[in-house]
Amino acid sequence: MIPVATPWFFYVLAGLAVASGLAVITRRNAVHSALALIVTLLSVAGLYLMLYAPFVAGVQIIVYAGGIMVLFLFVIMLVNIDRAAKERQFNRMWPVGLVAAGTLFALFLSAFLKGKGLFPDRMMRLAEASNTQEIANMLYGEAGRMGQYTFAFEIASLLLLVAILGAVIMTKKKI
Amino acid sequence: MLNSFMSYLGSTVTPGEAGNQFWALIYVLIIFTGVSVAVICMNWLERKALAHFQVRLGPMRVGPHGLLQPIADALKLMLKEDIIPAEADQFVFWIAPLIGLLAAFTVYTVIPFGPSQAVSDMNIGILFMLGVSSLGVLGIVVAGWASNSHYPLIGALRSSAQMVSYEVAMGLAVVSAILMTSMNASGTGTLSMIGIVQAQQQQGVWFIFKFFPLGFIAFAIFAIAMVAETNRAPFDLAEAESELTAGFHTEYSGLRWSLFMLAEYAAMIAVSSIAVTLWLGGWMRPFPNLLHAPAWDFIFSLFPGITFGGLAAIAFIGTARMPSHSFFKIQRIGLAVFAALLGFLALLLLVIAVAGHSADASLAARFREGIDYVYWFVLKVAVFMYLFIWYRATWPRYRFDQLMKIGWKVMLPISIGVLMLTAIWALVEPPLWEWMRAHI
Amino acid sequence: MVPITTLHYLVVAAALFVLGVIGVLTRRNVVIVLMSIELILNAVNLNLVAFSRMWGNLNGQVFAIFIVVDAAAEAAVGLGILIAFFRNKETINVDEIDLLKW
Repeated sequence: MIPVATPWFFYVLAGLAVASGLAVITRRNAVHSALALIVTLLSVAGLYLMLYAPFVAGVQIIVYAGGIMVLFLFVIMLVNIDRAAKERQFNRMWPVGLVAAGTLFALFLSAFLKGKGLFPDRMMRLAEASNTQEIANMLYGEAGRMGQYTFAFEIASLLLLVAILGAVIMTKKKI
Repeated sequence: MLNSFMSYLGSTVTPGEAGNQFWALIYVLIIFTGVSVAVICMNWLERKALAHFQVRLGPMRVGPHGLLQPIADALKLMLKEDIIPAEADQFVFWIAPLIGLLAAFTVYTVIPFGPSQAVSDMNIGILFMLGVSSLGVLGIVVAGWASNSHYPLIGALRSSAQMVSYEVAMGLAVVSAILMTSMNASGTGTLSMIGIVQAQQQQGVWFIFKFFPLGFIAFAIFAIAMVAETNRAPFDLAEAESELTAGFHTEYSGLRWSLFMLAEYAAMIAVSSIAVTLWLGGWMRPFPNLLHAPAWDFIFSLFPGITFGGLAAIAFIGTARMPSHSFFKIQRIGLAVFAALLGFLALLLLVIAVAGHSADASLAARFREGIDYVYWFVLKVAVFMYLFIWYRATWPRYRFDQLMKIGWKVMLPISIGVLMLTAIWALVEPPLWEWMRAHI
Repeated sequence: MVPITTLHYLVVAAALFVLGVIGVLTRRNVVIVLMSIELILNAVNLNLVAFSRMWGNLNGQVFAIFIVVDAAAEAAVGLGILIAFFRNKETINVDEIDLLKW
């Protein structure tokens, strides 16, 4: 496939992701924050598509935007109290938090700029058509051998089971 | 620009693959118009079919046999006053129908009407479809919350809980169909929609008949789950008028409500297209292997013309049966014109079928092939649409706890069982054939 | 225009990470703190996938999938804790959730 207009798409998606990330942390209304987070997740999925990772993009849309955000919206509706919307939104120590985060960002940028020579100039092009097949080979194994991540895959499913049980037990009114 | 126009004609890949933005835009516009027209026709068909199921006539006044009723409905909805509840969240109230519409219409980018007639054949087509249709739940949740009223909130919570429950069974049924695509010679399956239909073509069997009865059970699970997914009867507790005063779209009036209806019908057509692509062979004509002589090809290619000719004949008979009173003069003329248009279309399709009946790559043959692909696909989807209306007319509504019980306790175990059995059969079958070939 | 390199993606990921950190440190609404944590996880995912593209290796993408799974489990448990807490004390303000035992 011939990619078209790549820099333009990158700047649009990246700008949208950062702008809606800003909206997530500044909105007073929790539902507005959740909607902004959905926009962030979808634009990050678009960035994954640009990075030749279609399967991760699909998983992101299905699990994150279609599952976790629905969960968030349900909980926001359940615990929605009007008192919270009229209170002070930010911590009393918000300048300290802002300065700390700013320092962190400066640290990141200086690390990237100093190590600019470590990143090769031309990024390799991953084969896009067989992406799902290769991820499946890593997760499930091929030709009779176990894959590189089969054990981790099984542990992840166990983790999900434990999380489901934990969430159900914690939210039951009577155990 | 003319270069990008001409360079795509005669190519055998979708515009997305070819990187041709102009034709991709044209396809998007065609699909958008087609879906809107289909929703309008669905509206008319639903009212007429429900009426006839209930031994009454339905709309008869607005056009001949109510054919212009959807246009009158659309005009009425557009001219209604746009009421927003006082305490409602303005921005979220405005954006909720748009989210639902976005989710419903984005699915159409991957739906294949033919081997190269799709907007873009993504490699993860079916994954994209599952993900984007799960974004529709968000529109409903947000719509119910933004209305700031009890009935919409309960309706939205129930509706979204139902959609999320049946999504799981739907996804597992889809996975078991994808498993069947890997039964071809090279041993690798595919997630792309065009690849799934081509896998059915290569294996010579529609997936609904493969590994009988597993393919059929998977198809049945998807068919039931898709009715629940689009909040249609018998799973429409969340939006039925007698139950919850129209559920999550109670507070929406006029154009906003029509956007919700548009999103619902578009989602119905989208999931029916998915079912047709995955199990019913997509654009392939019936019996592609059993009856594969060129004579049968020719007979099946006459079907589009014959269908429209039949519709034109029905319209002509309707014109003849109208009372010959002066009150009905305009309706008779209107119906006669409509019948003449249908007849002209039928004649055009028959001419194309006859002119392009040879298998070479001439323009008429390519036209004929394209029309045949689109026709069989749309016919199968239309059967599903009629089934949706039939379900609504016939079956009583499920209570909400019965609905959730079915979703989690019946559909999910059956779909997991079908998936496991399909996987076992798919693993066992090739060595079994080898053993049988060696020993028998 | 300058061609898009890995560095561009890393800067975007760093920006999202820092926005998430600001959200966790400064907001008082528990749900928004949890959403900021999701922002942080997404930033890490973007980083992993960008590096996976740079080295032509799929390990980064598989790790990203595992992180998405992990984030789902964590969101479910975190929101469960929130609901259980909300039943006892009618507040979603992190400053008021400060008793070890009552």
